[in-house]
Amino acid sequence: MKVAYWPGCVSRGFTPELHGSMEQVAPLLDIELIPLDRASCCGAGVIAEHNQELADTLNARTFALAQQTDGELMMNICSTCQGAQSECQQRLDASAEYRATINETLADEGLTYQGGITNKNFLWLLVEELGLDELRSRVRRPLTDLRVGPFYGCYIVRPVDRLEIDALTPRDTYLSRVIEALGGTVVEYAGMHKCCGFPIITTSQEASLRQAGTHMADARVAHADCVVTPCPLCHLNLDLQQPLAERVVGREIGMPILHLPQLVGLALGLEPKELGLGRHVVKPTAVIDWTTSVVGSVAAR
Amino acid sequence: MAEFTLRLRRYDPGSGRAPYWDQHTVELEPHRSVLEAILQVKDRVDGSIGIRCSCMAAICGSCGVRINGQPGLACHTHLDRALACARDGVIEVEAMGNMPIIKDLIVDMEKVHWKKIRRVTPWLLPEGVVPEREHLVDRDAMVDVTQSMACIQCGACVSDCLTMEVDPLFIGPAALAKVYRFVGDPRDARERERLVDLAEDPHGMYSCTHCFKCIDACPKGVAPMSQIMRLRRRATSDWHIDDANNGRRHEEAFVTLVRDYGLLHEAELLPRSYGGNSWLGKFHPAAGKVLLESLPVVTKAILRGKVGIRQAMFGHKLPAQSLDQVQRIFDRVEGRPQRVEQNLYVSGEDDDGAARAADRAGRIEKAVTAQRSVVR
Repeated sequence: MKVAYWPGCVSRGFTPELHGSMEQVAPLLDIELIPLDRASCCGAGVIAEHNQELADTLNARTFALAQQTDGELMMNICSTCQGAQSECQQRLDASAEYRATINETLADEGLTYQGGITNKNFLWLLVEELGLDELRSRVRRPLTDLRVGPFYGCYIVRPVDRLEIDALTPRDTYLSRVIEALGGTVVEYAGMHKCCGFPIITTSQEASLRQAGTHMADARVAHADCVVTPCPLCHLNLDLQQPLAERVVGREIGMPILHLPQLVGLALGLEPKELGLGRHVVKPTAVIDWTTSVVGSVAAR
Repeated sequence: MAEFTLRLRRYDPGSGRAPYWDQHTVELEPHRSVLEAILQVKDRVDGSIGIRCSCMAAICGSCGVRINGQPGLACHTHLDRALACARDGVIEVEAMGNMPIIKDLIVDMEKVHWKKIRRVTPWLLPEGVVPEREHLVDRDAMVDVTQSMACIQCGACVSDCLTMEVDPLFIGPAALAKVYRFVGDPRDARERERLVDLAEDPHGMYSCTHCFKCIDACPKGVAPMSQIMRLRRRATSDWHIDDANNGRRHEEAFVTLVRDYGLLHEAELLPRSYGGNSWLGKFHPAAGKVLLESLPVVTKAILRGKVGIRQAMFGHKLPAQSLDQVQRIFDRVEGRPQRVEQNLYVSGEDDDGAARAADRAGRIEKAVTAQRSVVR
């Protein structure tokens, strides 16, 4: 499957292990990535807050670049990109007149957004395009006995209408399904669909860290070995800021946070080092130990 | 007629008894509401069930509850729809969140919701001579506030606000949407004062965590979060209010960095949000403090190879030609005399969009029906 690939900013900036692991995992799933290396930041909702038309034009430019490739669809690896781009796409696709206004600006750059692009997060692509049976058949190292807590990030689960989360595509359950398909044990906990707090880290730091700390403490209480997220911004608040979040909620947490491609990569047989697991602030010792133990048991069989 | 089973969360704080779940089965047409089912149980089985309601037509906003964990109006939720979202074939109804429970499904709106609404001066503050008859306003000028005027004060958005969950002092989605109703009203003369007040409040408009919960919660399509974003847009772009909460600085820094680099330069965003929107921002005392606090974490991140020194210093940039393109887009759009805003609540969708939505709704209906027959 060929996809126009939008990695986003943070996956190549403060969480380089995310983009790195996606590049490792893609060939193992026969996904050919056509990088959109001329595309700009999606705006993460902040540019839309500043000037809606600006966000819509920048993302229409990204969609137009994607439509120029021979990818079957556009794929991202960031919940926030998914949400911010879906919001712009909804406005662009809803009105031919509005789209024409935006395309007028893009025409100066020799680009046109034709409307109706399919833009899916890697998580959606795994379930809806690749299929869970196919994913299961490619697992080399099932995540047996690994207890994984899902953490979605707001932008990929709300608003449900825009993101088409319904009986046809219950996308708010996909992480659990993927964890199961990889052979892991799903650990559900109160905060799994809630906010990591990252958007307000500079404006209401305490409330922000309290959100991250509370949810990760919940996951800890539910005996998760690790948490997996499809959002690098969530990863920043849950992993990078976890030591500060621990201080705010007044307890030790030590919860390893994995990016979705890292978890998939482990099950597909890649080594923790190849997936950049050693780069996290909270060392995923439990996961790395688990890897060696399972490899041991498989070798012994 | 069909059978529906309800699981109600019962709680009487005065009784000293812990909350418990109570299960009842009713027989009603599937298009009847969850409220009608509750009232039938109350009428025929247990008169002590506490539920507040009045109009039964989604106008008065009295019967806000959580159905299968989602906030909404009991009178506005059909039984068959509620069943389709139920985890185990039983429709679960409980009191709304973020507000103290008075009894069973009734929460104390006064202690939270109304207190916050009153906090924002929820009435028009015009200036000058009061006209003898009505205040004449350009029709188009009022279209902008129609969405926020649709609020019926049911508290569903307050119930699930994720910032309020960790910061009970947060002014909240309902009150902030209410503010936009007056900020956007051309008759109101206190736009700036209202915006300054809520920009400077440490639990004000910049504490919204952008989680979309209130958008999904609202039974009337008010989209409180979108109104909060519009408040911010007015506070920063129109009134240039430099708040103590880094709201404006954060937005400006983000937009400037994307303009300058095409991609987000994360390492610059934090110091600029605190210290001001330039490379020198990091030397401001406010930025220094937060950088010092983050030093152990940042050091760890660098030692682990998460962030390279080069990356932290210089960020990443688009190739020159693409960056030029992006900057031309910035110049053109930001150079417009007036911002262009597309509000789908007002404009609706083109015919093909509506047809697509109808087609999808039909397919969902089919899927739900199929699911229901499996459950049976």
